[in-house]
Amino acid sequence: MHKRLIEENLNQMRDKLLVMGGAAEKAIMLSMRALEERDSNLADRVIREDDAIDRMELELDQMCVDVLVLKQPAASDLRFVVSVARTAPIVERIADHAVNIAKHALALNNEPQFEVGLELTKMSNAVQGMLIDGLDAFTSGDPDKARATIERDDEVDSLYDLFYSEIISAMERDPSVVGRGAQWLFVIKHLERIADYVTNICEQIIYMSRGQVIKHSVW
Amino acid sequence: MVTERERISENAVGGTEGSINANAIARAPVMDNTVINERPETNQQPAEQALVPKISVQELDFYYGRTRALKNITLAIPPKQITALIGPSGCGKSTLIRTLNRMNDVIPGTRVVGRVELDGENIYAPGTDIVSLRRRVGMVFQKANPFPRSIYDNVAYGLKINGMTRSRSELHDRVEASLRAAALWDEVKDRLKESAFGLSGGQQQRVCIARALAVEPEVVLMDEPTSALDPIATQKIEELITDLTEKYTLVIVTHNMQQAARVSDYTAFFWLGELIEFNTTEKMFTKPDQQMTEDYVTGRFG
Repeated sequence: MHKRLIEENLNQMRDKLLVMGGAAEKAIMLSMRALEERDSNLADRVIREDDAIDRMELELDQMCVDVLVLKQPAASDLRFVVSVARTAPIVERIADHAVNIAKHALALNNEPQFEVGLELTKMSNAVQGMLIDGLDAFTSGDPDKARATIERDDEVDSLYDLFYSEIISAMERDPSVVGRGAQWLFVIKHLERIADYVTNICEQIIYMSRGQVIKHSVW
Repeated sequence: MVTERERISENAVGGTEGSINANAIARAPVMDNTVINERPETNQQPAEQALVPKISVQELDFYYGRTRALKNITLAIPPKQITALIGPSGCGKSTLIRTLNRMNDVIPGTRVVGRVELDGENIYAPGTDIVSLRRRVGMVFQKANPFPRSIYDNVAYGLKINGMTRSRSELHDRVEASLRAAALWDEVKDRLKESAFGLSGGQQQRVCIARALAVEPEVVLMDEPTSALDPIATQKIEELITDLTEKYTLVIVTHNMQQAARVSDYTAFFWLGELIEFNTTEKMFTKPDQQMTEDYVTGRFG
């Protein structure tokens, strides 16, 4: 069968979104390492490299507008284009949260270590795993994987609640750590928000593959 | 052994054109049920459509000689809405639209089995007044086909032969109203006595629409009304079409999927003489129920 004209555009969009998603994954990974290893160079790098992610968002946005007017997609093609247009800004916000974590790393790295024994990698691994699987599900258009990924958001939420109370307790025990404790509260909040954004991406995948809107609903 | 199909075809040769008797209707389901069963999920009646249909096509088969061009079509066309018929060449969409005002009757060797009801009455029933049917169900064709007369006479023609006006001034009012309804009045009001052939293609098509509207039809059928027009003329006709739903039920055959998406409320997709899917236009172009519709609207066909 002949190759449809729109196929090329859709493939380019899919590829670019994946590259962008990969960059966001890397940003989270590096910002967390910047925290754990107290490496401010890594934090600087995350902040610097965010421009490229912003640029990809704009490029994807333009690609969506172009393909809508020039190729006039319908049905599953249309749902794919609309999903890319909605997903690229979400990925961009995920990367912004990574930048924020990097900024907290820069502040925290100038202070003494905050010893509360948080298993923070547990939370950041869960979040990064969700993002990787969410992007995989987008590429393969796999609604089942998207659903399974959404369900993992609960795990991240309970880790957030746990760490939140641990940090508060630490601040109550020792008021001298309140400044650092507050920074850490922000860090876990950013991680928690990233997992929410992955959930939004997965909702788009279900719309894209099944034409079904599950946003704001109990299913 | 004589099959059902052959008996129907033989009847067609000897029978009066387009006539349907009770026996023919009773026989039809023999082959037709299989078609329905193959595709039980076919949505032939959108759930949103609670209205009483203006035209109800029921288990309709159409034959050109022995070729079955329409296969067990059941379709309810809602009133004062635009229904678009789409599908690749040879899918039966033009054949179907022409069954709705018995325009196929003039083609020799054709045969209709099934029913087409206009407001609940079978237009293929014996004794149907074809002239009155075609006054109620008007038609606009692919190529603008004005009569070799003045613009005025083109529009007045149907009113005169149907004796629909009592005075010159009434006739004039009706011609003006029809030209206005066809969004042409301002362009031609100073040249009504000039030949319709002097108009542009788009204007000629609007003369034909005005001519169709003049006799106050209830349904207007349009068979690819813009395929010979440039984009600007096309846009004018499309705007006109959407305005017409205030008063008329419209059925439009189009090769242009974007046109169907732009103007219609409901879309029916045909393939090889079968109705594959009938749904709201929005659903057909965003999330069709049938894989074949999906393949067609995304250009995966053929």
